[in-house]
Amino acid sequence: MMLLTNLEIVPGKRITKHLGLVQGSSVRAKHVGRDIMASLKNIFGGELKGYTELLHESREEAIKRMQTQAEKVGANAILNIRFSTSSIAQGAAELFAYGTAVILE
Amino acid sequence: MYDLIVLLVLLALGYGFGQYAEKTHYRSIIKRENLLRKIPVIASKFPPMYRNPPETMLVTGGIVISVDYFKRFVASLRNLIGGRVTSYESLLDRARREAILRMKEQTRDRGGSMIFNVKIETASISKGRKNTIGSIEVFAYGTALITQSS
Repeated sequence: MMLLTNLEIVPGKRITKHLGLVQGSSVRAKHVGRDIMASLKNIFGGELKGYTELLHESREEAIKRMQTQAEKVGANAILNIRFSTSSIAQGAAELFAYGTAVILE
Repeated sequence: MYDLIVLLVLLALGYGFGQYAEKTHYRSIIKRENLLRKIPVIASKFPPMYRNPPETMLVTGGIVISVDYFKRFVASLRNLIGGRVTSYESLLDRARREAILRMKEQTRDRGGSMIFNVKIETASISKGRKNTIGSIEVFAYGTALITQSS
């Protein structure tokens, strides 16, 4: 079980080894059905549930990829996790997660 | 003439539904904020020292929210004279509070008692035309401390 946190320390545990930066990203595009709903919502206002879900899923994916990378280098925790979002083209967004892989005692 | 009618209908629809959506949303935000007041959200990086250290867990909350047609129209008028764009201010306020609430709800569901190192990130999901802020995404994340009741 990998420990994920965005603190720089883990209370009560010592870091025995730093393994460097790990990262994961995922680029998603929305599909047409959601786009139509979204353009309606652009008139009425309110939450775009489809997009919220989409971004949630892609962020989970990014975290999962980061975790796989951390597992590969033999870490058991990722500290100081940060997220960033950038829209790279119209209708597509990149979700990026990165952090420091460490071994905790 | 036809265009003008369409514009007016869209404005009326946007105003009606938009105001209603905002009102109900604010009502639910305030209600849930009162329920979750017990979970402090702290931006500090360093949690206090405990004798028996708590478990930590990454918690997140996100929302994508869109402004209505009327407010966007008002904001584009505001662009001409400059000044505060109140119609977007309330949108961002709602989105941030909602994102924090979702993060808190996740914390509560997993038995956490407080959230540390909270970061809030805002991204505009650009919706094509004329680079207006169609919809924005607000994402809040932090580390929940799960203290065992001892």
